Amino acid sequence: MKFALAGNPNSGKTTLFNALTGATAHVGNWPGVTVDKREGSYKKLGEKIDIVDLPGIYSLSPYTPEEIVARNFIVDEKPDCVINIVDATNLERNLYLTTQLLEMDVPVVVALNMMDVVKKSGNEVNATELSKKLGVPVVELSALRNEGIHDVMKKAYEVAKENRKGHSVLETEDFYDLITKVEEKFVELGESSPLFKAIKIVEGDEALCAKYPQLVELIKSDKEKYKDNDFGGDFEGMVADARYRYITANYADTIKKIDKKTESKSDKIDKVMTHRIFAIPLFIVIMFVVFHLVFSEDLFFINGISKGNAGISGETAINVFTGMGYDDIYLEEMTGVITEKYEEDFGDEADDKLNSAISYVANKVNVELQAKGEEIRYDDIDNLALEDMEIEDLQELLVYSGGDVEEVNPVIGIPSPGVFLQSWMGFVTGKLIDLGAMISETWPAWLSGLLCDGLLSGLDAIFSFLPQILLLFLFIAILEDSGYMARVAFIMDRAFRGLGLSGKAFIPLLMGFGCSVPAMMATKTLEEEHERDMTIRLTPFFSCGAKAPIWAMLAVAVAGSFLGDIFVFSIYLLGIVVAIISALLIKAFGKVKEVPPFIMELPAYHAPQFKNLMAHLWEKLKHFVYKASTIITAAIVLIWFLSNFGWAFWQGMVGIEDSILASLGRVLQYIYYPLGFTWGSEGWKYSVATITGLIAKEDVVATMATLGITEKTIALSNAQIYAFASYNLFTLPCFAAIGAAYGDSSKKGFWITLLWWLGCSYVVSLIIFWLGYLFEHVLVVGIIVALLLVATIILLFVYTAKKRKKVLAN
Amino acid sequence: MEKRLNEFNVGEKGIVRKIVAEGNIRRRLFDMGVTPGANIIVKKFASLGDPIEVTIRGYELTLRKSEAECVLMEVE
Ligand SMILES: Nc1nc2c(ncn2[C@@H]2O[C@H](COP(=O)(O)OP(=O)(O)O)[C@@H](O)[C@H]2O)c(=O)[nH]1
Ligand SMILES: [Mg+2]
Repeated sequence: MKFALAGNPNSGKTTLFNALTGATAHVGNWPGVTVDKREGSYKKLGEKIDIVDLPGIYSLSPYTPEEIVARNFIVDEKPDCVINIVDATNLERNLYLTTQLLEMDVPVVVALNMMDVVKKSGNEVNATELSKKLGVPVVELSALRNEGIHDVMKKAYEVAKENRKGHSVLETEDFYDLITKVEEKFVELGESSPLFKAIKIVEGDEALCAKYPQLVELIKSDKEKYKDNDFGGDFEGMVADARYRYITANYADTIKKIDKKTESKSDKIDKVMTHRIFAIPLFIVIMFVVFHLVFSEDLFFINGISKGNAGISGETAINVFTGMGYDDIYLEEMTGVITEKYEEDFGDEADDKLNSAISYVANKVNVELQAKGEEIRYDDIDNLALEDMEIEDLQELLVYSGGDVEEVNPVIGIPSPGVFLQSWMGFVTGKLIDLGAMISETWPAWLSGLLCDGLLSGLDAIFSFLPQILLLFLFIAILEDSGYMARVAFIMDRAFRGLGLSGKAFIPLLMGFGCSVPAMMATKTLEEEHERDMTIRLTPFFSCGAKAPIWAMLAVAVAGSFLGDIFVFSIYLLGIVVAIISALLIKAFGKVKEVPPFIMELPAYHAPQFKNLMAHLWEKLKHFVYKASTIITAAIVLIWFLSNFGWAFWQGMVGIEDSILASLGRVLQYIYYPLGFTWGSEGWKYSVATITGLIAKEDVVATMATLGITEKTIALSNAQIYAFASYNLFTLPCFAAIGAAYGDSSKKGFWITLLWWLGCSYVVSLIIFWLGYLFEHVLVVGIIVALLLVATIILLFVYTAKKRKKVLAN
Repeated sequence: MEKRLNEFNVGEKGIVRKIVAEGNIRRRLFDMGVTPGANIIVKKFASLGDPIEVTIRGYELTLRKSEAECVLMEVE
């Protein structure tokens, strides 16, 4: 048997669903739309019962994908029973949907949820009376407390064995004869749920009217009679009005409300959270705390306080996002101290002296190890860099150079939970890679390479940020479940409307600064498909944590003429500016849609439920792991193959310089030529790095290092560096993010998005490079062109604003 | 006295008389219970002055001023 759960958003469907199905639950997508489809089974009734959690809806009108999905499911797939969850604290509006469900030929049980809240407030709902009026069983329950949930199933099981014919609360209306007329025709045609369909035809439902034009014709003349009533002959309005009138007239006596003068807790909380002046600052604080808990390595600001301003260099600011572990930071500090010492002591000769000192220490370590019968630690002593040495050896090097190890004590704060979990995850995946290396030791080089360098390191790149993704999700889920998210949309809507987005789009975009993957998955809460597409399209422009190392590297290279941290800041700013311009462009030249309505419920605040949160996280985790283990892995292995084999791949592995990827890079070099950063003989290395960045954006830096380009050896002009940075900022994000975009965009929207990313990266880099080039060579022309550009953007603003006014006026 | 919902101040009460919107917005307003005869109290404005929050049929509803403009009210 199959039961469906239907009800308003926030009526407790998912809570009930989780309580009933437990571990059997599984989430997919409804075909063709990005609406979650939850399915599971219930086994306590002798027979296994499949349960489907329909999307939350207020009505069975055909205006949102959720409504269409729910309606088609009930009409076409004919569940054995529909369990209609009704929020007992809000009967009036919830019963509106019930009156529509009752019109379908399907057994219905009304589950009166949130009874705990009703009882606590001292109110009463008369379930027996309600059941008599509705003509279907009504069961009281509290999904949250697990009270009455099995009674609902038992009742549903009982009524599922019988057929039920739909009936309507509209029977007493004077236009009911129109409905009967159409209903009879539907019965003749042998259609399912004739009454429901008849009412839809009378209402003028687009989909059904297109399908049965003869029935529309049938009642056309009858409809004329109502042309001059209060609704101007609009039957949608007349039907909705009739339903609410019926509810108001009949259900008042099933509820006993104690009129309380004091305001509810929810009201009190809301007074603060959406306060006219404090709302926005409060929101900023909340988001800062969330980001801080996920990405900060210094939870209690110990570093900032003890070191004062000295610690807040550009790099430290970036570390907040990258979340390096203790060893990384110690290593960085140590290499910094050593390098500085040599520069101070030897000036121009510093590099040579340092190299010989490195050789000396490395050699000494090797010899000592050999003496103990162990394997040597450093193979290639001549090319050894400080960063490649073990910490203990660095300490020895410092002592050897006459320094003091005690001097090296970076003040490390207590890491945030996110950073802590991340380093733990890194530890696990690191061990996994070691294990892989051990297992594959005797394998042929290509096979062990495939396992260690391809599969395992690829997965490492993706899984290392999984803890932070999940944690970010947990916080978002808390904000969502508590009811705050709806308020955020309320607070921010005005600011976003000019961009063709609603306030709800703000959270995903903001999360983009952390990681695009959860950000894109969070667009699920947006109602309109095109708004979801647009938000996903803009998300990667909000520079994510993994891109920070690229900026850090380039900041060093660009410095000299201006400060590194200004460079980094300007990149973040550039992302936001281009996102805004993109939104305006898409709005100005895309199909102009009706501005999506913003008429929504602000649900009462709830304390978030641990069980629901965990179920939610578990869902996301499964989803992510599934993606990572299929598409993403395949893509990573492909890139591994391209970078380790030449065109004659049967002849075995080659260095990356001779790989297929390198030759692709050389082709790309010419495509990128107008963008400046691939000029010169080393240009192909930059184009290769843009490809490997698809695995994870940190890999841009890693690949360049492999090819011999570090922050110290970048030989690009500032204009070229800027163009390279903006290319990486706007181009395709990593595979994980592309996967997320694919999962949550519409089919067509996804391809446009890919093109948009590619086009945007090319065009913006082109503009930036040539603008910079002009500035570097012919300053005056550069300034004029820049001014023209700014003027164009302002015109764009004005143009879209005008167009919007026109749409609104119509 | 008749007034549109977007002209209400915080704390003002009224009864819905008529909806003058079209299509999507009209249907959405009806579905959320904004039908003739419904009581509405304006609760607050968002920080930037728009959208507004109202109490209707015992729950909190938010809508933009442009949408509230379509709701003709009888002031109480
Ligand atoms: N007090 C109380 N809260 C509930 C009950 N059922 C659900 N909730 C809460 O109502 C909110 C919305 O529930 P959810 O299951 O997500 O609703 P859905 O949108 O219909 O899936 C959550 O915060 C739940 O914890 C209940 O029986 N009593
Ligand atoms: Mg739900």
